[in-house]
Amino acid sequence: MMTNTVEAEGQLTPEEQKLLTADMHRSLRRKKFRALFLVAPLLIFIMITFVAPIVSMLYRSVDNPQVIEYMPNTSAALADWDGNELPGEETFAALVTDLAEGRKNRTIGKAATRLNYEKSQMRSLITGTARKAGRLKPPYKDQVIKIKAGWGDIDTWKVIKRESKSLTASYYIAAFDMETTPDGEIKMLPEKERVYLKMLWRTVWMSVVITLLTLLLGYPVSYLLASLPMGIANALMILVLLPFWTSLLVRTSSWIALLQGQGVINDILVWFGLVADDNRLSMIYNATGTVITMTHILLPFMILPLYSVMKTIPPSYMRAARSLGATPFTAFFRVYLPQSVPGISAGAILVFILAIGYYITPALVGGQSGQFIGNMIAYHMQGSLNWGLAAALGVMLLVLVMGIYALYSRLVGNNNQMTLR
Amino acid sequence: MALPSYAGPLETFWYYAFRAFCGLVFIFLISPLLIIIPLSFNIEPYFSFTEGMLAFDPDAYSMRWYQEFFGSERWMNAIQNTFIVAVCSTILSMILGTLAALGLSRSELPYKGLIMGLLISPMIVPLIISAAGMFFFYSSIGVSQSYLGLILAHTALGTPFVVITVTATLSGFDHNLVRAATSLGATPTYAFFKITVPLIMTGVISGGLFALMTSVDEVVVALFIAGAEQRTVPMQMWAGIREQISPTILAVATMLVCMSILLLTTVEYLRRRSETIRGVTPQ
Repeated sequence: MMTNTVEAEGQLTPEEQKLLTADMHRSLRRKKFRALFLVAPLLIFIMITFVAPIVSMLYRSVDNPQVIEYMPNTSAALADWDGNELPGEETFAALVTDLAEGRKNRTIGKAATRLNYEKSQMRSLITGTARKAGRLKPPYKDQVIKIKAGWGDIDTWKVIKRESKSLTASYYIAAFDMETTPDGEIKMLPEKERVYLKMLWRTVWMSVVITLLTLLLGYPVSYLLASLPMGIANALMILVLLPFWTSLLVRTSSWIALLQGQGVINDILVWFGLVADDNRLSMIYNATGTVITMTHILLPFMILPLYSVMKTIPPSYMRAARSLGATPFTAFFRVYLPQSVPGISAGAILVFILAIGYYITPALVGGQSGQFIGNMIAYHMQGSLNWGLAAALGVMLLVLVMGIYALYSRLVGNNNQMTLR
Repeated sequence: MALPSYAGPLETFWYYAFRAFCGLVFIFLISPLLIIIPLSFNIEPYFSFTEGMLAFDPDAYSMRWYQEFFGSERWMNAIQNTFIVAVCSTILSMILGTLAALGLSRSELPYKGLIMGLLISPMIVPLIISAAGMFFFYSSIGVSQSYLGLILAHTALGTPFVVITVTATLSGFDHNLVRAATSLGATPTYAFFKITVPLIMTGVISGGLFALMTSVDEVVVALFIAGAEQRTVPMQMWAGIREQISPTILAVATMLVCMSILLLTTVEYLRRRSETIRGVTPQ
């Protein structure tokens, strides 16, 4: 308000102008701080409860404390070792000290488990030797090799030396189905032993199938909803929104009831005589089960953005095309479809992002062939307890999702993600 | 979209085929939810219709699984846990989310895109990744296996919905109303509670309902960071589906479907009310 008066009268001395500018800046800064002040509580909260955990996962995927911490003498002794021949007596002495100490403190198992990820048999080699380490007298070298011949293998020592660093890339190497040879070369595992890239590929591939299926089923329905009178469309919309609001576990368990061998669909097929009673279809606990169930669960996420875009396409365009002589098909493909592309891309990318990170549904209805990369992460978190590998796989998936999301924001613009809701 | 009178036979055929296809998709969407309702009254421990059920024999139906549900200490305990966690995290989400949305709607806020991206990131990152990260971090600061940890996690997952719905409500907000109130002598606080709050309330509540639903339905993070003492309803369902499939699950599912019908109705009511208040013609 002040500025207006000033401009109108236009008779300020330079000093007054300077003061006024400073005043405006101050008030603007105050406004800025007030806005920041409102956002700050949530920003700090999210930083602590959400961003910090993600960062801790990033760190966990390269963190490598076990060997240094639980075999400190051995790691120190190996620091200057050139790797050409077996290490000398001092290194073996250091090893015996670490093993005896580690057994007493019950920490040697952690180092053994860590090294076992790199080279099989390392666990039994270390724990087996540790059991006897306390009773050994110097000189150690020959005795240790006698207990477990593995200590006479130069590769064993190379692995220990390699993992005596506080950061490691080995979890990522494992996550990409590669291995480090004793000579330090990184190469792909043999075809048969590759697990994670195959799993990732299957996850992507199945997510594409699910996305295409939701598009195939969702496009006509959205078209219908967008072109019906509002009253009927709203009523039919309930059929889309109700599944959307219903618990994921409820929908998954009802698909188990529908699809299983003794389930409703098989019963109906047998009753109609389409399928023999002793030859019921196996539609669940395999990839088919995952695809059907996830298509159902994600279909509303396709329909809602499609619908909101189609609502904005004036029906008169199609009529105009027809009146100018286009066949219904030409009118649809040349006039309607191109205008609905923003909805298709928004829906497809949303469904794809959601699908690729799924864990619960594949775990419950996927059996062996319908597992996703998310299930692999959960397995390493809770089953094998190889948390470093779980973290590396998590980062791999996160990068993929973020990449796709960046594409999505480009396509739909930053503030429109939630128009669908 | 009635069939135009100039339609030829091929077009007529397409028209009906298209409608039939859409009908099938609607059946696909809704039948899984409807099918569990009668199945949950099955007297036998099966997931399929018995002959007695198909013949509408009253003896084939029972409240057995509902009795089992209400008689089970585990389920009752799970309900209590879910309630505690959901209510606390929803309230926290609503407060933090609304404040942030008020800040985000101010044009003076610097780095708006970055802040918005950070605030809604819990919604974009796949749950399994959030769960793994929270497992590492929460156990290192000692809040895993506790109510506090679960409430914090669910709040983080729920706030994006509040931020987004309230920001959307504020985008149609007429700031002149607040200016008018202030010019008539209201203090900023008075104007906030008398003008701003009533107008954005619908957005706050529907965002809160999304947050509530997120917490009530959330299982991945709970599986990783909750202990046996904090076992929630979804965790109990997950265990039930994995270990011993019993129709008790279907009884729970039926009740949850009823709950979602209730929630859907509320949210739709709020959406229309908000449109009316803001002067947008309800379509």
